[in-house]
Amino acid sequence: MGRPLALAAMLLSACASAPPQVPARAAPEPIAWPDGSPAVALAVLNRVSWGANPSSQADIVRSGTGRWLDAQLRPAPAALPPDAQAAIDKMSLSQRPIGEIVAGIEQQRRTARNASADERKAERQAYQQELTRLAREAQTRMLLRALYSPNQLQEEMTWFWMNHFSVFQQKGPIRALVGDYEEHAIRPYALGRFRDLLGASARHPAMLVFLDNARNSAGRLNENYARELMELHTLGVDGGYTQRDVEALARVLTGWSLNFAGGEPSRFYPRRHDSGNKQLLGTTIRGTGAAELDQALDLLARHPATARFVSRKLAMFFVADDPPAELVGRMAQTFSATDGDIAQVLRSMFASPEFRASLGAKFKDPLQYTLSALRLALDQRPLPDPLPVIGALARMGEPLYARATPDGYPLTRTDWASPGQLATRFEIARAIAYRVPARLPAELAPPLGDATRDTLAKASSAQEWNLLLLSSPEFMRR
Amino acid sequence: MNRRSFLISSVGLMASGRLFAAPASAARFLLVFLRGGYDAANVLVPVSSAYYYEVRPNIAVQKAAALPVDADWGLHPALAQSLHPLYLRRELALIPFAGTEDTSRSHFETQDSIELGQPLGTRSYASGFMNRLARELSARRAISFTHQLPVAFRGEAQVANVALNAVGRAAVDARQSALIAEMYKGTDLGAQVNEGFTARDTVMRDLGDEMVAASRNAVAPRAFEEQAKRIARLMRGDYRLGFVDVGGWDTHVAEGGADGVLATRLEALGRGLGAFSQAMGEAWRDTVVVVISEFGRTFRENGNRGTDHGHGTVYWVMGGAVRGGRVAGEQVRVGRGSLFQDRDYPVLNEYRAVLGGIFARMYGLDPAQLAGVFPQAKSRDLALV
Repeated sequence: MGRPLALAAMLLSACASAPPQVPARAAPEPIAWPDGSPAVALAVLNRVSWGANPSSQADIVRSGTGRWLDAQLRPAPAALPPDAQAAIDKMSLSQRPIGEIVAGIEQQRRTARNASADERKAERQAYQQELTRLAREAQTRMLLRALYSPNQLQEEMTWFWMNHFSVFQQKGPIRALVGDYEEHAIRPYALGRFRDLLGASARHPAMLVFLDNARNSAGRLNENYARELMELHTLGVDGGYTQRDVEALARVLTGWSLNFAGGEPSRFYPRRHDSGNKQLLGTTIRGTGAAELDQALDLLARHPATARFVSRKLAMFFVADDPPAELVGRMAQTFSATDGDIAQVLRSMFASPEFRASLGAKFKDPLQYTLSALRLALDQRPLPDPLPVIGALARMGEPLYARATPDGYPLTRTDWASPGQLATRFEIARAIAYRVPARLPAELAPPLGDATRDTLAKASSAQEWNLLLLSSPEFMRR
Repeated sequence: MNRRSFLISSVGLMASGRLFAAPASAARFLLVFLRGGYDAANVLVPVSSAYYYEVRPNIAVQKAAALPVDADWGLHPALAQSLHPLYLRRELALIPFAGTEDTSRSHFETQDSIELGQPLGTRSYASGFMNRLARELSARRAISFTHQLPVAFRGEAQVANVALNAVGRAAVDARQSALIAEMYKGTDLGAQVNEGFTARDTVMRDLGDEMVAASRNAVAPRAFEEQAKRIARLMRGDYRLGFVDVGGWDTHVAEGGADGVLATRLEALGRGLGAFSQAMGEAWRDTVVVVISEFGRTFRENGNRGTDHGHGTVYWVMGGAVRGGRVAGEQVRVGRGSLFQDRDYPVLNEYRAVLGGIFARMYGLDPAQLAGVFPQAKSRDLALV
């Protein structure tokens, strides 16, 4: 396929003639974008959103690529289409505070446990159904926002961090917690400070349950969260920590546990805390109780290994499977210089020539693929039923909130372009294509090559034409 | 105390060629990866170790409950109906103190390094050892029963994959498949697209009317029995090299002893492997299944009646022609003094050496071919097949 390369060459030559004006200090000025062509704007849109559709295309063309990116980095409150907003507003997740939700499911769990043998099965079923209902609400809300919010970057970054600080909804009561986790621990900070994400995820009951810290207490250490916190959330596996650091951090984390009796659903229990001094990464953390957590998280968030690890992962998501080391280095510098300001790190990435050169070449994962097909098919029209979409994601191996392991879903083509994956993807393409009455707006897909055009010409119906468009090699990329 | 009596380490033997009765073209190999690091010490139980009972006060499997293996070892009672009979028929061998020299105790790091099968310190994600084996056995068809192609199968040889818990009748018809393939002709995804359609059709043919659509997403061990029967149909049919993974072994909390969470998972896994051995029929004689995991767990139980990430584990080798009914490989008496870093089992049987030994016997690979699968590894022949 020559197309992405040709596009990259075109962009590179554009940069050469008009170098981007990146502000030396991180000032919130619009990104100076050297190219005003609609084709490039479309390529940016297909990368920095869940997929182009007519309305978002009109947006980016109207404001210009640089200003559109800038607005995405500092999103103003945005309205969804009324029916999507109404669907979210009437969810339990919107109407009841999390303390009340967990107190309710805890009550149900106890009722089931104490029920007579005859009633136990029904009570257990009711409990499970309530958990599943709450998880469905969270999944549906995610899909509605991804499909319809004009703040596309915020929604993409919310998924990115949900995947970075991944929890598995099938464990314990996490189905009841995952909606609040996304809404209050992750989404508000998706374009904010990394340290805030770290602090909020560490204290959230979903994480405390998933990585067992709810059970970690003095003399009864459980090192599960401590290890993944360094390996997966901050330093990376080569970040220079040892088994001793894992144990020290596990001791720091003792006493942070759940409170399902109402009010804040998690808290610090001083009597379960190991109050001795700890040596973490060469720094002494004095045994002071709850304050140790913030001290440890400060240390981890400001560690140079974290700046590199997180920057590289962002670049894998937005630039390339194996992103250029120079770009990652510059992003890591920004990360350190701004104390982990995510929007600033992204700004330095969007303004880079490496980003522009990479447009059109990233392979979509199943979620990106499905959402981009649906956005193209629906634009502002309502999604008839979220369940088939939730099912399709599961069938392709990337169900929402259901990565069983704490590493989150992988981000590279190698992971998602296996023969079986592709065959399944064409089935999903067909399911979407045959529900659309007319031809999809192909001009919003990445530019089509000759082979695809020739094949499209052989389609026997609008539906088959849609199937071929959504199955084309061009539509697999963003 | 080292017991080396079972170990027949001989390069001469390796060079002499195939020792497996089945013709090389009929030989089947299935790798089962237990992701999460299963608690090996509670599966092959060191019943003669007082220290085991001392440091696992809440989760030990009592000697009386364990199924008899030999004077030092017993098998978890959840395997009574499934794998213990295989052991008694000498179709199952167990290799304790097996694993990798990677000591990161990270799931992902260790899984990757095992699947890549490269010398410690070098790491290229372009090539996993199962793919290199497929390449050495050029004519045989390889398949992974997973949503994604596992790291072990990455590389030059074309390998199919299918998630058996998510397959259904294809809605994209033959004409549309051909049109789609046309768009990918000559692109960097052309080979995958063709392989995807071929595998889809082969799987439908092999599974026939048994095919039922189901859309579970996780390979939960409970569903493993149904999957295992499908795997058997496919490996009896067109495929000769297979991979499947089963998750849910990361038991940090309340794993249980003779009963409980681990017992439930083991029971389901054992039932699946038992069903696989039966469903293979005559071809079971030509089949070798190896069950591995990234690491064992801490020898002592943790504060939550669970176990944390450890090091050495136990591999299982089974098949109709496996020389089983024994605990194989280099061993050491289980006690505090023999723990690695005072924490977990040591690794005395390195995975590349053990698997290399099995492949040499199964396929008659010469040292150069073995080095193609496991570069710079010294194969050790445990005379398992």
